[in-house]
Amino acid sequence: MYGETVRGTCRAALNALGIRHAAVAVEDQGALDFVLAARIEAAVKRAGMGAGATFLPPPGPGFDASITRDRFRRSRLYLPGSEPKHFLNARLHEPDAIILDLEDAVAPTEKDAARLLVRNALRTVDFGRCERMVRINEGERGLEDVDVVAPQNAHVILIPKAETAEQVVVVDARAQAARRDAGFEGPCLLVPIIESALGCFNALAVASASPNVVALTIGLEDYTADVGVERTAEGRESLWARQTVINAARAAGVAPSDAVFSDVADLDGLRASVLEAKALGFEGKGCIHPRQVPVVHAGFAPTADEITKAQRIVLAFEDATLRGVGVVALGSKMVDPPVVKRALRTLGMAEALAMLPPDWRSRTDGGRAEGGQGRGESSGAGAQ
Amino acid sequence: MTRVLPLTENALGRLVPEMVNGKRQVPFQGVHGHRAEGRKASPPVWSAADYPPDGDKRVASLAEALEACGIQDGMTLSTHHHFRNGDFVGGLLVDVCAKLGKRDLTWFPSAAFPCHAPVIAHMDAGVVHHIEGSLNGPLGDYCTDGRMRGLGVLRSHGGRWQAIQDGEVHVDIAVIAAPCADPFGNANGVHGPAACGSLYFALADSLYADRVIVVTDHLVPFPAVPWQIQGNNVDYVVCVDRIGDPARIVSGTTQITTSPDRLLVAEWTARFVRDAGIMKDGFSFQAGAGGTTLAFAIYLQEMMKRAGVRARFIRGGSTKYLVRMLDEGLTDYILDGQTFDLDGVASMRDNPRHQATSPFTSYNYHGKGFFGTFVDVVVLGATEVDVNFNANVVTHSDGRLLHGIGGWQNCLFARCTILAVPAMRDRIPVIVDEVTTLTGPGELIDVIVTERGIAINPRRVDLLDAVKGKGLPIRDIRDIQRDVERICGGKPAPPRRSGQVVAAVKWVDGTVLDSVWKVDR
Repeated sequence: MYGETVRGTCRAALNALGIRHAAVAVEDQGALDFVLAARIEAAVKRAGMGAGATFLPPPGPGFDASITRDRFRRSRLYLPGSEPKHFLNARLHEPDAIILDLEDAVAPTEKDAARLLVRNALRTVDFGRCERMVRINEGERGLEDVDVVAPQNAHVILIPKAETAEQVVVVDARAQAARRDAGFEGPCLLVPIIESALGCFNALAVASASPNVVALTIGLEDYTADVGVERTAEGRESLWARQTVINAARAAGVAPSDAVFSDVADLDGLRASVLEAKALGFEGKGCIHPRQVPVVHAGFAPTADEITKAQRIVLAFEDATLRGVGVVALGSKMVDPPVVKRALRTLGMAEALAMLPPDWRSRTDGGRAEGGQGRGESSGAGAQ
Repeated sequence: MTRVLPLTENALGRLVPEMVNGKRQVPFQGVHGHRAEGRKASPPVWSAADYPPDGDKRVASLAEALEACGIQDGMTLSTHHHFRNGDFVGGLLVDVCAKLGKRDLTWFPSAAFPCHAPVIAHMDAGVVHHIEGSLNGPLGDYCTDGRMRGLGVLRSHGGRWQAIQDGEVHVDIAVIAAPCADPFGNANGVHGPAACGSLYFALADSLYADRVIVVTDHLVPFPAVPWQIQGNNVDYVVCVDRIGDPARIVSGTTQITTSPDRLLVAEWTARFVRDAGIMKDGFSFQAGAGGTTLAFAIYLQEMMKRAGVRARFIRGGSTKYLVRMLDEGLTDYILDGQTFDLDGVASMRDNPRHQATSPFTSYNYHGKGFFGTFVDVVVLGATEVDVNFNANVVTHSDGRLLHGIGGWQNCLFARCTILAVPAMRDRIPVIVDEVTTLTGPGELIDVIVTERGIAINPRRVDLLDAVKGKGLPIRDIRDIQRDVERICGGKPAPPRRSGQVVAAVKWVDGTVLDSVWKVDR
């Protein structure tokens, strides 16, 4: 029912790729133009033609969404780069970030097509307020991925199987050069993924390799395979690795983020996993299904008790400072500066999630929040 | 062959045939615009003297029963869809008619399924002249391609009752597939290997047809109770090896959708029902067993539990999920139109609060009311919705027959009607300027929930007010349409349809709401 549009896109793509007098059969299964264009380009290249030529569809709304270094990265939703049907509606589920995956979710025979699909998606699909992430492949292929996606305003490059600072430095250089050449402001951000024993030992160097690293995360399937153990639900086998990543990230001043929870049907298991991740010190988690997103957001959100307690601490601290008292006490307990810092972080998050009004101090009576749980829906609060 | 039919414009501007299969029609006059007159159809008076005093009405075969019923060329024969895609009896009936050398029959199923595709060969051969009943799959294509000799007539479940009751369709012989029957003809759907729940789609036929044959593969001594079909209306009983494929009649496990977008639509629908204040003690709702509506029921169940709310009744399509709500005391009753899984069948059999209902009680517009008008909220699907909230459920945007109407039209009379639909299917927008085939007038459709926002019919100021400030993504229907058209690349081209009408869509009062047109491939 979009026959004319489909024909037009085919003609434009073939023209741009320098193909003339070709017989092309298109089986219409409802693909959108950006997908069709990528499929045609992949077919042309597979036929050994169109070398050096590309066909870039016109940019859509959201293409110029700017990069924000400081933002929530509680949930990052993985989408296989070879399955564009999931791209369009992913943002409706409001993950903090969408990852167009070129690595493990894509079959080796589809790597070429996936790269073009992801490139075209970055140009044309509106990802709304979601951060635009791409997980590249390992090695040289990954650098070629960077060359293709960084000029299309990929916000964050996820570097798989990160084991050395050198790896990060090379990706960083390629990404920044490509981004600059495309005329985008500000640097492309990086998130290395630790997935091996060696990666764990070098985690601090990896996290500190570039000022553009914003978070450090961990891939547990590869890690457990590397160590030679089964991945279990309890995760005792990976506790050291996860804590290593958390400590390396904190030492480097970036955010530690947990692996994915792979049983999509088990939302209770996911809930427990998120609470555990939060307790260990992670600030985010990978998602492989949109229904995991609200559970992850709810898990990382401060609880009403945590907010109330943090408010008491901060008020007591401010009161003591005002009165010039050196020692802050709350009830019978001493409040140390790091406790105040943690409380401020909790309140900052509560405010950002609209669980607490910014003027809560003036609305507070004796340290009790009136706001309650705010938009305490199970889906958690929206984004910032 | 081509037909040139005189067409007329109905109250919603749709071109509809003046005659359908030789009968004069009334064009749609508005939702409540038409008043039927006259008296109901009346079957002949019978005498017990002509039936065996020992109550044994068995004959050896369906062929023998049909001949004893006086089958003739051109008659109207009915079967029913309580076995859905696992039905053997519809196909058997037409096969037997072919062997008996009968021609030009009208097959009047309550719905046809892909398993009935072999009927196409019998239409080509002239045994069956045409089908009056919902058409999908291969039969839908046969009709849409303009290959059927008569016009297809699409009716809702309530509309089928109305048509039989009003004498608009005269059933000469009804053939009722019964999972459990006794020799007298009492029959039910809750026992036997092909148990399906209720047989009430066949109830009107058993009351109004000239002759009634019960076909069973599970004969029990008198009495077969509950007697959903009463033997006093039955002429003959035929025993066969198998009347259906249990695996395709009901499913052992009803699957909830895993589509993230459908789940989002389902969750928003449930939140709408809660936040609009509809979900309160003593309320009622209807939800089918489709992917989204089933998920809706599950979300609503969680919300009811959290809020401590108990429903008075749930209108099913029942599944194990509704049964669980009944067992957990979240509802007083299930009023069940059809049963989709084994848990539902067992519950209907064993729990007196799980009530089988007929299209007469739930849906028939030509009665002294029907309970569909006082269900608080119903959640339905649709293939298309237009910006005036008119909806299509029988064809795709390409104009090809896709679904039957089922109870869909009848459900629109609920206090709040919600269509839970995706904003687009692949590349095809679901919200359009004008529906391809009008199946439900927009004045009865209150809310459209899509993954890109919720649109409320501007007529429902009360609902708009009720959900104000509740954090739901309420949008103008045209905004959602614009969003989707931007993604899809503008408006789709209209279907390549010819000027030939191939089927008529009836409204619940028997008037003609719209036409289905032959579509060139």
